Formats: sequence, structure tokens, C-alpha cells
Amino acid sequence: MVHLTIDEKPVEVPERWSLLDACREYGIHVPTLCHHPALEPYGGCRLCVVELIPANAKPRLVASCVYPCEEGAVVKTDSGAALRSRRLTAELLLASAYNTPRMLELAQELGVQEVRYRLPEESACVLCGLCVRACREIVGVSAISVIRRGMAKKVATPFQVASSRCIGCGTCVLICPTGAFEFSGTTGYKYVPPSASAYRLGYYRVSGELDLGPNFVKDLRDLLEVPKDEG
Amino acid sequence: MNRLQSASEYQSWQASLAAAWDDTKPCVRICDGTGCRALGSQKVLASLREEIDKAHLDTPIEVVGTGCPGFCECGPLLTIYPQRISYQRLTAADAPEIVRQTLAGGSVIERLLYTDLQTGEHIRLEPDLPFYKRQRRQVLNFNGRVDPRRIEDYVALGGYKALAKVLTSMTPGQVIAEVKASGLRGRGGAGFLTGVKWELCRQNVETAGSGFVVCNADEGDPGAFMDRSVVEGNPHAVIEGMVIGAYAMGVHKGFVYIRTEYPLAVENLRKAICQAEAAGFLGTDILGSGFEFALSVRLGAGAFVCGEETALLASIEGRIGEPRPRPPYPAASGLWGMPTNINNVKSWAAVPIVIERGAEAYAGVGTSTSKGTMIFSVVGKINNTGLVEVPMGISLRELIFDIGGGIPNGREFKAAQIGGPSGGCIPAEHLDVPIDYESLTSLGAIMGSGGLVVADEDNCMVDFARYFMTFTQQESCGKCVPCRIGTKAMLATLERICAGQGQTGDVDYLLEMGDHIKRSSLCGLGQTAPNPVLSTLRYFRDEYDAHILDKRCPSKVCKGLITYSIIPETCTGCMVCLRNCTSNAVSGLKGEVHSIDAALCTRCGVCKNVCKFDAVLVC
Repeated sequence: MVHLTIDEKPVEVPERWSLLDACREYGIHVPTLCHHPALEPYGGCRLCVVELIPANAKPRLVASCVYPCEEGAVVKTDSGAALRSRRLTAELLLASAYNTPRMLELAQELGVQEVRYRLPEESACVLCGLCVRACREIVGVSAISVIRRGMAKKVATPFQVASSRCIGCGTCVLICPTGAFEFSGTTGYKYVPPSASAYRLGYYRVSGELDLGPNFVKDLRDLLEVPKDEG
Repeated sequence: MNRLQSASEYQSWQASLAAAWDDTKPCVRICDGTGCRALGSQKVLASLREEIDKAHLDTPIEVVGTGCPGFCECGPLLTIYPQRISYQRLTAADAPEIVRQTLAGGSVIERLLYTDLQTGEHIRLEPDLPFYKRQRRQVLNFNGRVDPRRIEDYVALGGYKALAKVLTSMTPGQVIAEVKASGLRGRGGAGFLTGVKWELCRQNVETAGSGFVVCNADEGDPGAFMDRSVVEGNPHAVIEGMVIGAYAMGVHKGFVYIRTEYPLAVENLRKAICQAEAAGFLGTDILGSGFEFALSVRLGAGAFVCGEETALLASIEGRIGEPRPRPPYPAASGLWGMPTNINNVKSWAAVPIVIERGAEAYAGVGTSTSKGTMIFSVVGKINNTGLVEVPMGISLRELIFDIGGGIPNGREFKAAQIGGPSGGCIPAEHLDVPIDYESLTSLGAIMGSGGLVVADEDNCMVDFARYFMTFTQQESCGKCVPCRIGTKAMLATLERICAGQGQTGDVDYLLEMGDHIKRSSLCGLGQTAPNPVLSTLRYFRDEYDAHILDKRCPSKVCKGLITYSIIPETCTGCMVCLRNCTSNAVSGLKGEVHSIDAALCTRCGVCKNVCKFDAVLVC
């Protein structure tokens, strides 16, 4: 077992757990976007940053979903630096996904007051990579991947043509937090093309009652009413 | 040749090659590096050989193509041994004269010599050139002397001695202890102690059973060519360093990750690997020691982010070149999950020097925390553009003014960008800063890999920052949000400021976003990307304010903030600007004062460049 301090509370977790695992185990809320309990951690959205306070160095921000629990570590999840960083990241996410319900909700939660930079083109896809990883790790077909880099980066099938690998299972549609996918069939193939215009009819409608979104764990916790620590 | 079976076989071969190596023999060495090749050195080389053949000289004179000696400004470069007469800026047409006058006649051709910038004197010999005088060449010592395509040259000058020493008389632990004691720090940028990194990897290799060593030759900084020149000009030093490292860490497989954009470096490196395999410095049972090590080349496809170690490893594995979070560090889990040690080209090339001369001698050069020498590629507004190797701790002033020859056209020095797009700029008031890891970091720059870009008073620092931001923004892999969108947001703000649409609050936004990107990005690219903006804001805040508040570009660079006009008193109506204007913005009749239509003018500056009477005003 590893012992550490999170938000001034002593915490004991098994080895190889991430800081996020530890936080969730102890009911400490840390927002996430690209994290999903069924997938390998990715560390891309940077919303789950927490402040790591080493004994003999300057405090620094680490992504809790990928940072391992280390013996004796001191972590603050609600420090000014961590909250500010999350707010700015959420603001940046709204630069392109400015009409996406999940993003607006997140931005509100994290205290975004204004969006100072907007991209000319709206896009619901925030490149969290959940769809790509689910397709690879859960479905096991890797019908989609990210292509290109930087601002040109996007989720696509190989060579951007309908993929014979896609089995049309719809996992990417279900897992997408912003509803950036459109579920459609093309001749011969089941095909799920990423689409910027489809976010409104996306996730919420397709998934219906079953919520497999990345906020699943948080919701479950609310459901089970994990008691909040008094201190 | 036969594969060397033992260290003693190597020693006798080395001794015979060393005996045959004769610097007093007449020989012409001409730079065959990428820089001089671009200036036509291959034509010079071919016509020299032809002329020498035709001349039927009494003693045969060999013409050798070497690696880059560094004085790229004056290429193509040529040195005539044994006197070491240095000729510069050659063309193929100079070859007959060189053969007739110098090689056959023994006299020096004055017009091909270097002219001292201050005194105007011609300098005849290579060692007397001010560019080389203040340098301390260890890693670059063989560049300009050996033919990188011939292993014999490298061995003759003592190459692979360190490897033979390690394999015959040192344990892996001793090698690591020696590298640790030398104080050698990673030359790729972060400056982590090489010996400590090796030790960590060694421990993990012992548990895991095997591992890898990797050479990072994915140099991508704008204006940087140190790693290219080392691999091109002295590939065996990199190979030797890697074999020594592999022995120390107990691994048997290595990769050199090098960019496809460096075709000559790749060619020379591949040749060198083949030769080293044939000679028995690579492969099974190296020099009869029983140690085995194989080295392969992996080509990068030109993504700057692949210089980041985890992205580089992903690329070697055949996956998308995207970084992943650390820990685990590559020393614990790298290529295919095995312990992997990654070092920069210059770090690997320094290893044989550390071993051969000993840690103490190596640590004798440099400062208390930064040991040895550092190679810089000095570019931008500087007289002696080129590759220099200086001891750590030398001041920036010496580097720029004594070695670099100062700023061209009598302009004033403004700032030096150290560390490429990840570094920061150092202004004139800090010119006396000693070049070491800590001092540079404290000024907001970084040592980086050795890129140094000099800006003079004609450079606008906002535009300068915008340039580097454009680069990092384009090279961001896009995996994490702060780097992907944050750099774009910063760039858009800078572009707005340069276009004359800056607003109050822009500087605060740049500071806030810069700090955010630095602190929360996934990898080193994002964590350092805002540095050029933050450091120019630190030292040149007044220029930002002039752009934003006064709508004025003090250096008259930013097109949105300048206008071109013609001074009526000076204009002679010669029509040169009118004819050269690409957008028909100049009007006027012959002999009459011209005028520029600001609405049509694209601010390209051609009129100012062609005007012989300085009649074009920029304000």
C-alpha cells in the first residue's frame, strides 16, 4: 500500500493507483473529460490537474489521471493554481466546442466567466480520444484513429474512407462526451463518420437512458451518496 | 578488411594507421558538409581533383571531403595541409589557380583568404582565424580533418580507443562512475546528468533482463544544425559513444532516430555503421570481449514533437509520434516497455572523450555545475554564421562578438534567442552572462540543444516572438488541450498585435495563457512553447506597448503598423522603384517626384531596397 496526503487528508491506496483513482476512492471530486474507467488513462484534456507539493522543490501541476501515487506525496486538488488551470483549460475547450452542452456544463462548473479566444470554425470534437481508445481497447478493431497533428488533428477512419474494420457497434457514439458522431450506414459498410454538425442529435439521444459517458463514476458516486469527509 | 578479433588486434591496427597518418603530407581538405555542398563545394572538389590530375605534380596531392568545420558563413571552405592555409568562398573556377599557384607554386592567393572584419588584414592560416581561435574543439575536433566515410581516418586519430579501453579494462559500473564523475549533462536541452540517467537505466535493465539505447538525432529547431554536423562529419564518435553506453547499461540493441531531412547525415551514418560492423566494433563479440551490440537507423518523418523522448519512442515503435505522460520514464519503461536510455547526439559523441581523457580532465573544462564544452549553431544577424564549440561558462558576449564577429552592417545587438523555440531571448544588458545551464535558466532562456539566433535593432521582438510561436503552434501534436488550443490562442493574439489590432489586456492574456500552457501541458514542447513570448515580454515590454497602445512598430517590421512614402526632397524621379514595385503602388513620371499609394502598397520593402538615393521612408 502507498500512503499519501490529499487535501490534508491521509490516504492509503494500493500500489500503481493513479492520483485520480485515489481521489475517487476517497470521494474527492476531480473533474475529467478524457478519462474513462474502462480505458487506459490518456492525460490529454488536462482538466484533472492537481497540485503536487514535493518536499524540496516547487509545487507543480500534474494530470491526476496518469500520475501515480507515490509514498509520502502531498497533493492538493483544490489549490488556486489547480482551479485556475482547470478554468483556463475549460475556456480553451470552448474555443471550438462553444455550443456543446457537455462543454458548456463543464465550463460553468469550472467557473469560466468569458471566452477570450474563439476559433472561426465550430467543432464539437474536443479530441479527448475516448472514441479512438474505446474502439481499440474495448471493441478491439481500431476502425478509427487520430490523424494529422495540432489544430489539423482529427478523428478519422484510415485514409478517410468508409472502413471495412468498423462493425457499426456504436461504441464511439455512446462514449463521445460531446456528441460529435453521427451514426449512419453506407453501402456495404456500417460507418460512423465523425461530424461537426451532428452534436445536437448526438450523445444524449443515441445513448438514451444508459449513461456510459465519462462522468459515469461521478454519477454513480452521487447515486451511492458517498459521505463527504467532515474535515 | 578482416573483423578485429581482440583489443590487441585493434591496437596494432590503430598503431599502423596512426603511423601512416601524416599531417605534414600535402593534402587538400574541403568541407563536404550540407552547408558547403549547398554553396557548391562538390563542384569545387571535383574540379580540384581534375586540375591536380592535369597538373602532374611531383608529389601526389590527395583531396579529401571532410565534415563541416563550422565556418559556414564563408563556405565553401578549403584547407591546404601541411601549412593549413585556409581558402574561403570558393567556386569551381578557382580550382586551376589554386593548383597552379598554391599547390604547385607554393604561393598564397590573397583574394581567397579570410579578411579580418576589424583590421581588414588577410589571414592565411586556419588556426589564426578569430572564429576558431577562441573555440575549444573537443567533439568537433575531427570535423574538418577526417573523411567521415572512412573508418580508417577516425581510427588513425585515436577513434575507438575509448571503446577498447572500456571493453578490456573497465566494468560497466566503472564506466558509469566515470561518466558520473565527469559531470557530463544531457546536451539535448534538459541537462540531466548523463551518468545518473545511465545508472537508473542500468538498474532497471538488471531487473527487466534487457533494454535499449537510443540516440536522439531528431534536431528540429529553426536555425539549428549542430547534431546534423556531428553525425555528418563524425558519425563514428556517436557510434563509439553508444557502444560504450550500451556496455555500461548492459543492453544489446540501439537505435539512432534521425530525421529524413538530413540525407547526408543518414548516408554517412549508415556507411559508418556498416564499416563499424565489418571492423568488429558492432555486432557479436565486439573486439573479442563477448559483448554484443547491434545498431539500427530509424528515420523520422519531420515532426518536431518526435524530438521529445516519449514521442520519439512511439515513432520508433511505429506508432503515431505523440508523447505520453511521464512517469514511467523511459529509463523504467521505454521501447516496447523495456528500460531505454535516450541521449542527444552531442552527449553520445562526448562519451568517448570522457572515457579516453578521463573524468577529471573532462571536468576540468567548464563551470562548477556545467562541465565540458557546448556546441552552438550561431545564426541570424551575425557576421560569422556557423558552428562553434566553446567551453561552458564562456560569456555570451565572447561567443557573439569574439567568435561570431559581431553584428553585420554596424547595427546594434538587440537580443539572442538561446534554446530555439523552447528557449528565451537574452537582451544586451545580460550579454556578460556565463553560458551554463543555471545562468541561462535564471534569465528565462534555456541551454537547449544549442541553437542560437541573434537579433539586431532591425528585428521587432514582437514579430520575433510571433515567428517562434508560429513554429511551435504548427508543431504541436495536438494531444493535450493547453498546447493545441493555447498556443493557437497566443499566436492569434500576437498576430493581432502585429497587425495593429492589439488591445489593452492582450499582454495580460499572453502572460496568463503562457503561464498556463507552461504549467499544464503534457510534454516538453508545450511546457516550453510560450518561452519566446514570455521572455520578450520580460525584456521588451516597451515594444509590445508601442504596438498595442501607440499602434507603432519601433523596428518598422510589422506590416500592419508601417507605411512607405517617398521623401520629395531626395527623390530624383529615376523610376527604379516604380519599375520594381510588384503591386503598382508607385506612380510618377521620369524626373518627377514619385508617390506611393498606401492602399495598393503591400509593404514588401522592394522600393526601399532598390532606391539608390535613400528616398523611401518607412514610418
